[in-house]
Amino acid sequence: MAELKAKTPYETVTGGASGPERMEVTPFVAVEVDPGALTSLAPYKGQAKALSTALEAAHGMGLPKPNRMTGKQSAQALWFGRDMALLIGPAPDASLAAHAAVTDQSDAWSVVELSGPGVDEVLARLVPVDLRGHVFKRGHTARTLVGHMSASVTRTGADSFRIMVFRSMVKTLFRELHHAMIGVSARREAAGAG
Amino acid sequence: MRITCPICGERDIREFTYQGAAVALDRPDPEAGDEAWDHYVHLRENPAGRTRDLWYHSGGCSAWVVVTRDTVTHEVFDTELAEEAKA
Ligand SMILES: [Zn+2]
Repeated sequence: MAELKAKTPYETVTGGASGPERMEVTPFVAVEVDPGALTSLAPYKGQAKALSTALEAAHGMGLPKPNRMTGKQSAQALWFGRDMALLIGPAPDASLAAHAAVTDQSDAWSVVELSGPGVDEVLARLVPVDLRGHVFKRGHTARTLVGHMSASVTRTGADSFRIMVFRSMVKTLFRELHHAMIGVSARREAAGAG
Repeated sequence: MRITCPICGERDIREFTYQGAAVALDRPDPEAGDEAWDHYVHLRENPAGRTRDLWYHSGGCSAWVVVTRDTVTHEVFDTELAEEAKA
């Protein structure tokens, strides 16, 4: 039997085979992460409440409101657009299918964790939404753009974000992030030296 | 210009795709006659001032939004989900 090895989106897009992509521009780090299973949940008309109850019973958190994320590290529900949530982590419980269209998205998205002190300055160069900490708090999420790419941006901590783009776009995402990271980094160095 | 998506909140115009006048919300009866259908399919007003059109929140939540705005001042008066909008 053929031996199959899982590759990350960056590995498949670039043809490399060196493990998850990691890019560091002091003091910022962007790293590709494996979030587990990704499953979109699109409630049938009038079924959002029933879906939320089933989700809570099966995975421990209800459906998120727009622009929010619910759940813990092991299982999260991310608001993912109009009448859509993304279950992140576990395989979806069979009970969900009674109330929603349940679709595996695991190989459709690349997931990148971006972190570093004041990292919202990096994203401010790429995302047309105010992501500063006093406005966009932990657990807040937005469907928006990163450059020209359709994306999901979520604050995961005081100095960290999760960015999701279509998997074919992951190389562009790293290039855009790199450009923004070196810009902010250089500006800080210049300010420090001056 | 900034548009308030009824779902996402106030967002930059670059997140939206323009579709055109919101006539699609006012589709004539199939038996309305040639003139009404000609008007519906082909003829559009080109107002300097208040207008009502459809925008797609393509770089956001994927909702269709009816935007009432002023083409001269770019002021946005009102936004609502197309699903809930009345012609
Ligand atoms: Zn929206």
